[in-house]
Amino acid sequence: MGSRASRLLREEEIEEIKKETGFSHSQITRLYSRFTSLDKGENGTLSREDFQRIPELAINPLGDRIINAFFPEGEDQVNFRGFMRTLAHFRPIEDNEKNKNPSATEPLNSRTNKLLFAFRLYDLDRDDKISRDELLQVLRMMVGVNISDEQLGSIADRTIQEADTNGDSCISFNEFIKASFVVNIHICTVVLVLVNI
Amino acid sequence: MATCWGFTLFLCMLLIACGGLSLASEEAETRNSQRDTGTASSSNTTGEGGHGVGPITTLPIVTWKWHHISTQYLVALWILVAWLCKLIIESNHHVTNVIPESALLICFGFVLGGMIWGADKVQTFTLTPTVFFYFLLPQVILDAGYHMPNKLFFTNLGAILVYAVIGTCWNAASLGLSLWGCHMGGLMADLDISLLQYLLFGSLMAAVDPVAVIAVFEQVHVNDVLFIIVFGESLLNDGVTVVLFNVFDGFVSLGGSQIDAAEIVKGIVSFFVVAFGGSLVGIAFGILISLLTRFTKNIQIIEPGFIFVMGYLSYLTAEMLSLSAILSTVFCGVLCQKYVRANMHEHSVQTVKYAMKVFANGSETIIFVFLGISAIDKIIWVWNTGFILLTVFFVFVYRFIGVFFLTWILNRYRLVPLEFIDQVIMSYGGLRGAVAYGLAVMLDENKIKEKNLMVCTTLIVVYCTVIWQGITMKPLVTWLKVKRAEVNELTLLEKMTNKMFNHTLVAIEDISGQIGHNYLRSKWKSFEEKWISWILMKPSARKKQDEVFNVFHQLNLKDAMEYVAEGERRGSLEFIRKESVAIDFRKKFESEYSEDMPDMRANMSNGHRATSTTREHIPSVSVEMHEHTMKAMTEAEAVNAHHLLDQHLYKSRKQHRHGFSRSDFIINKDEKEVQEIFKRTMKNRMESAKMGGSPKTIVKHTKKEHQRKMPKGKSISQTKLCYSGDEDFGFSEGDSASGYDLPYPSFPMRDSKPGGGIENSAFVSDLYSTDSLQTPPWLAEGELDSSMVAPSLRAQASPPTSPIEMRHLGLLRISTRSTDTKQMNNDQLPLPPTPPPPPPPSSHM
Repeated sequence: MGSRASRLLREEEIEEIKKETGFSHSQITRLYSRFTSLDKGENGTLSREDFQRIPELAINPLGDRIINAFFPEGEDQVNFRGFMRTLAHFRPIEDNEKNKNPSATEPLNSRTNKLLFAFRLYDLDRDDKISRDELLQVLRMMVGVNISDEQLGSIADRTIQEADTNGDSCISFNEFIKASFVVNIHICTVVLVLVNI
Repeated sequence: MATCWGFTLFLCMLLIACGGLSLASEEAETRNSQRDTGTASSSNTTGEGGHGVGPITTLPIVTWKWHHISTQYLVALWILVAWLCKLIIESNHHVTNVIPESALLICFGFVLGGMIWGADKVQTFTLTPTVFFYFLLPQVILDAGYHMPNKLFFTNLGAILVYAVIGTCWNAASLGLSLWGCHMGGLMADLDISLLQYLLFGSLMAAVDPVAVIAVFEQVHVNDVLFIIVFGESLLNDGVTVVLFNVFDGFVSLGGSQIDAAEIVKGIVSFFVVAFGGSLVGIAFGILISLLTRFTKNIQIIEPGFIFVMGYLSYLTAEMLSLSAILSTVFCGVLCQKYVRANMHEHSVQTVKYAMKVFANGSETIIFVFLGISAIDKIIWVWNTGFILLTVFFVFVYRFIGVFFLTWILNRYRLVPLEFIDQVIMSYGGLRGAVAYGLAVMLDENKIKEKNLMVCTTLIVVYCTVIWQGITMKPLVTWLKVKRAEVNELTLLEKMTNKMFNHTLVAIEDISGQIGHNYLRSKWKSFEEKWISWILMKPSARKKQDEVFNVFHQLNLKDAMEYVAEGERRGSLEFIRKESVAIDFRKKFESEYSEDMPDMRANMSNGHRATSTTREHIPSVSVEMHEHTMKAMTEAEAVNAHHLLDQHLYKSRKQHRHGFSRSDFIINKDEKEVQEIFKRTMKNRMESAKMGGSPKTIVKHTKKEHQRKMPKGKSISQTKLCYSGDEDFGFSEGDSASGYDLPYPSFPMRDSKPGGGIENSAFVSDLYSTDSLQTPPWLAEGELDSSMVAPSLRAQASPPTSPIEMRHLGLLRISTRSTDTKQMNNDQLPLPPTPPPPPPPSSHM
């Protein structure tokens, strides 16, 4: 499988992806083989259905939202480049990038981008604000069934209250970053394992 | 608290009573039984003269026959006492949060030992190697093997082996040589220990003890990889230690002068033969068990017993062949688990699982208590400050050096390097335990003059590591973590986001298939599917086995779509948007899982079987647990939101202890959660499919609206209670209840958020315009399937195991096809939710 995958992936393509995402060569080929194994239609793109076929995602409370995060706005197919771009958010923060100020050409795995990814998971309508409703939806997805709506509502209210600084009862991305100051960013890195010895 | 002390008091009374009863009068016998546990009872009876002592003048109505049963009685009593200790300890979680249970058990052992000492002036009960190695250890090891998370284990097998083999040899050699060096240097008073004996001592001290490690690590939350490495290491290195021990024991017997190069080579060869031979024996027995369970269909009652008997036999066989019994049992468990679970009836699988836990946890408890008791004995306490302190020091230091050095090497090859904190935890988790003690007691006094010193030192090392390191482990971890993350009181958003990241990470891992999606594994998998499963699995199980999850998944999806299609066909589009679907759904599943309906359960048991590997059904325990959390919740209502959130957030998979937690019955809860999430996901997917591929928005809003509107839907568990009784009734109720208020909230909500889903307004409109509402791309397949293939996927994939399910579905399908889909599609005018079209009531009668 691995050999087939690397044959199909052109070297220059790998180089481009490498530059864009920072993945290593072997990681890219390995992920490409995963990509092709997910791609049941064998047309070089993944659809939602392809993702939904991953059994583990069905038992992930945020599974479908995360699937959605792979798809650029308005599209229902994602190619390998896009796939890698999303995955790149989860590369560990490298040391030299850690202290860099947020700038325009920030790598995908920067702290801000990681947080932005999370923010997008909340922010369904992409108005760059997390409303109470949106928050409630996420909460509802992440808690067990035996918690009442009143309780959930009060949690949501409190959450917004804690984070909201300008009093519009929504959480903007800036507020989100501030409030998530101590979110343990280290846990939001997945190191892609090729062969674990 | 009060109850706790009450228990303690009760225990003391019990002990004094039994001590007075047994110890005073039965000292001789018990000592007898000490010497040879196996034959004690027979010697007792001979002493008594079997039946009737002397001529009897009259027929006694009752007689006092203590001698007949003294040994058995004492054994049972001790088990009881040990378990009562655990009961007391576990009744107070404030203490166990600080001090690990194993340490507390040892302390209880001290107390009990003190009592016995006080009564007898001699330690009558100690942990003898025979009892330990043949009666207490096997089930612990078997449990560990059987519940080993195989994937994780084999993914990290390289690292585990490096630590287990090289690490252990390093520990043994370094400790032995350093002690010898110190001896030569004159740091210890005159001791009669040769270099070989030092090495022997080093080898028995080398092993990290699985029992102690699990006990402590379960309380410190470490990530899975770290856990499996330490756990796997501790399991395998027990085997290694025993081998090393035997080799050095042989050397010691030979005497230093006899050892030449040939003998050393022999020793090394024997090391490998013993280790691999043991593993092979285990594998052979694993295959045997798997084969056997293929044919036990007709004796389901004793089916689970085979696992235990065969597991024990694998232990004994390896022991008989002087191979590594521990390795044998581990591999036996590891190998057979998959096939056993597929082959046996689900009830048997459950039985094995729980019985395994009972035995393992029980004997673990006994081991710790007796470790404590054994300490209170004047004979073994030989003090030699230099020797003891140096041993403790070296054990500690060399563990650190070994771990850091090996990790340094491993990290050059590992793609996920072990971090510094992981290494510290690994080193610090190098707890020694009962295996070391058992080996120390096995030393031959004639050959090793200082045996008692060694035993005593071993005990001290065990206490130091288990109690001291056990207690300090948690603070150390938190301290290290705090240093890294500086966690203060997190805001709610932070908590949520952290959790969200956890879930996301798990999802990303799944998507990128990072948990071992590699060439070797896929090769192995295909080989396994082709050959091994074929031999070891029942044909029926084979069919289900690998696809079970997929099938389950697809079935649910299908059912979901059926329901929606049904609703649409009935003409009301709102139907979909209404929670009724969801309720109906939940109900459907709940009733499937529900345990409160014996008659249904009986019929359903087959249905459970079909998908047994994915959802092990919930025993009644979980219901209680559920109520428990409910109760806890109402209490917490007044408390702040933080607490609430903590309590109810789903755990992400990382925090799940798969099956290898020996005392974790919360597993059920996890499974429940998994089911919950699964149901939800399926529901959402099918709804979003219906809505033309724009997931989330609409669905979520209606749901929320609905829940706001219906405070009675406050907790679904309540819904479950009301509804699980009769699906059809519930169905209609849900439908009518939310019937009239729904159209309002759902549409405006949708409009208020133009652009809908995260991704695609375009997609939505596209779908609507092409009037393919019924068939979004992925739905199309399913529709095709269901309309073309008569028995449908369900019938193909899992043969009609449950009549009910089949009938239910069959009826649904019939009704599906009875109306023309397209037509209905066209006139899907919002009819008022008419007397809601229950799935034919006959289906469940």
